[in-house]
Amino acid sequence: MASPVLEVRNLTKTFGDFTAVNGISFALQPGEILGVLGPNGAGKTTTMHMLLGLITPTSGTISMFGMDLETHREAILQQVNFSSTYMSMPQSLTVEENLWVVARLYGLPDVQRKIDDIVKKLEMGEFRQKVTRKLSSGQMTRLTLAKAFLTEPKILFLDEPTASLDPDIAHKIRALLKDEQRASGLSVLYTSHNMREMEEMSDRIIFLQKGNLVAEGTAAQIVSRFGQTDLEDVFLKLARES
Amino acid sequence: MKLHRITAIVFRHLYLYRRSLPRIMEIFYWPFLDLVIWGFITLYLARYQTQVPGFVTFFLGALILWDVLFRSQQGITISFLEELWSRNLMNLFASPLKPSEFLAATMIMSIFKVVCVSLVMGVCAWLFYDYSILIIGLWLLPFVLNLVVTGWVIGVFTTSLIMRFGQEAEVLAWSMVFLFQPISCVFYPMDVLPVWLKPVAWANPAAHVFEGMRGVLSQSGQPVEHLGWAVGLNILLLTAMIAWFHRTFAYCRNQGLLVRVGE
Repeated sequence: MASPVLEVRNLTKTFGDFTAVNGISFALQPGEILGVLGPNGAGKTTTMHMLLGLITPTSGTISMFGMDLETHREAILQQVNFSSTYMSMPQSLTVEENLWVVARLYGLPDVQRKIDDIVKKLEMGEFRQKVTRKLSSGQMTRLTLAKAFLTEPKILFLDEPTASLDPDIAHKIRALLKDEQRASGLSVLYTSHNMREMEEMSDRIIFLQKGNLVAEGTAAQIVSRFGQTDLEDVFLKLARES
Repeated sequence: MKLHRITAIVFRHLYLYRRSLPRIMEIFYWPFLDLVIWGFITLYLARYQTQVPGFVTFFLGALILWDVLFRSQQGITISFLEELWSRNLMNLFASPLKPSEFLAATMIMSIFKVVCVSLVMGVCAWLFYDYSILIIGLWLLPFVLNLVVTGWVIGVFTTSLIMRFGQEAEVLAWSMVFLFQPISCVFYPMDVLPVWLKPVAWANPAAHVFEGMRGVLSQSGQPVEHLGWAVGLNILLLTAMIAWFHRTFAYCRNQGLLVRVGE
C-alpha cells in the first residue's frame, strides 16, 4: 500500500475550556476521496482549517506528502487547495481577475490556457468577465471550485462544495471530481450534509461527533456498524445523541 | 520570499482601482481638500510673514510631507482591511503566501499611494499657491523615504491590532496616525512641546524629519543629525513592528482568529 498523502495523528484543538477536536487520527490515501461527516459543531471545519494551516493545533501532528505541516507549510500548501460554499473571494474583481490572482499566487505557468480550461470545465464562460459581487450563489460556488482546481492540487479540501448548486451543475461537479481522481490521482477530503452524495462520492468516510472520531470505514461498513438502514439514519442517530 | 506571490497581492489590489471611483477618490479627494484648506490658512497667515518668516514654505511643505506619512500608513492598513472586508484572508493564508510576503506587497501598495498623492499635492500646490515642494532640495528624497518607512511602522502596528481585535478595531486605520501627529511636530518645532513630551517626540522618527525640514528651510538646523536619528529609529521600530506582526499572526492562528476575522 502506498504511503498516505495526508496523515493526522492525535489532533486536538482546544479554545479555552472548549475542545473542538479531541485527539483524532486518520489518513488519506493517494487518489482516495475521504468523506467527513458529522453534525454542526462536530469539529469538521476546525479540522479542515487546521489541515490548511489556518489554525494551529493544540497538540498532535499533521503531515502531508511525508512532510510536517508546521515546518513545511509553504511546500505543502503549494500542493493543496480548498473550496467551501461559505467562503468568499474579492468582490470587486471579475471572475477572471480573481483566477489570475490565484494563478500568480501559486506561480502557475501557462496561466491563460489553464484558466480557459477550468472556465470551460465548470461552464463559467457566460460570467467570466462579471464582477464577483454580481454572481449568484451557485456561480460563486463554481468560482471557488475553479480557484481550487486551477492550481492542480494533489489534495483538495472541499467543504460542502455542492450545497448551493442546482442538481445539474452539482452532478457535473461530482463527475469532474471523479474524473480528476481517475486522471491525476487527486485525493479529496470532502464534507457534505447530502448523504446520498456522500455515499456516491466517498471511498471511505470518517464520522465526527463532539470533536471525537466515532466511526471510520466505507459507507456500508458504517451503516452496518450502527445497525441502521442507510447513512442518513446513522447521521440522525448520532446527531440526536450529541 | 517569492516575487510572484508578492506581485499577485499587488495586482489583486491594483485591480481594485480599475473600476472603483471611491477608491480612486480616496487617493485624490482628501489630499486635494487638505491642500485647499491648509493652502488658504497659509495664505492668510502669510500676511504676518514678517513675524514668522517662511510661513508658506513651512506649512505647505509640512502638509505635503505629512500626507506622505499618512498615505504610507494607509497603504498597509487599508490593503489589509480590503482583505478583511472581502473575507479573503482565508484564501490568502491557506495558500503558500507568507505573512512577510503579504506585508511586502502592502508596502509596495503604500509606495504606489504615496507617489499618486505626492504628485497630486505637489502639482496642486504649485498651480494654486505657486509653491514648489522641491524648494527643500535634495534633502527631500531622504526625508520622504523616512516618512514612508515611519508610515509603514504605524501601518504594521495598526494592522496587527486590527488582525488581533477584528473589524471593531478598523477605525484605527484612520485614527491611529493622528495619535502620532502631535508628537511628530509637523507644523511646529519640537521646542514648543512641554518638557515631559519632548523625549517621546524625540523617539518618533517623523519628528526628526520635520525638524530637519525646518532646519533646511530656515538654514539654521542640523538636518544630518536629525536624518541620522530618523534612519536609526525607523530601522529599530520597523524591525520591532514586523516581529510583532509575526507574533500577532501566530497568536491569531492559535486562537482561530484568522478564519473568524471579518465575520
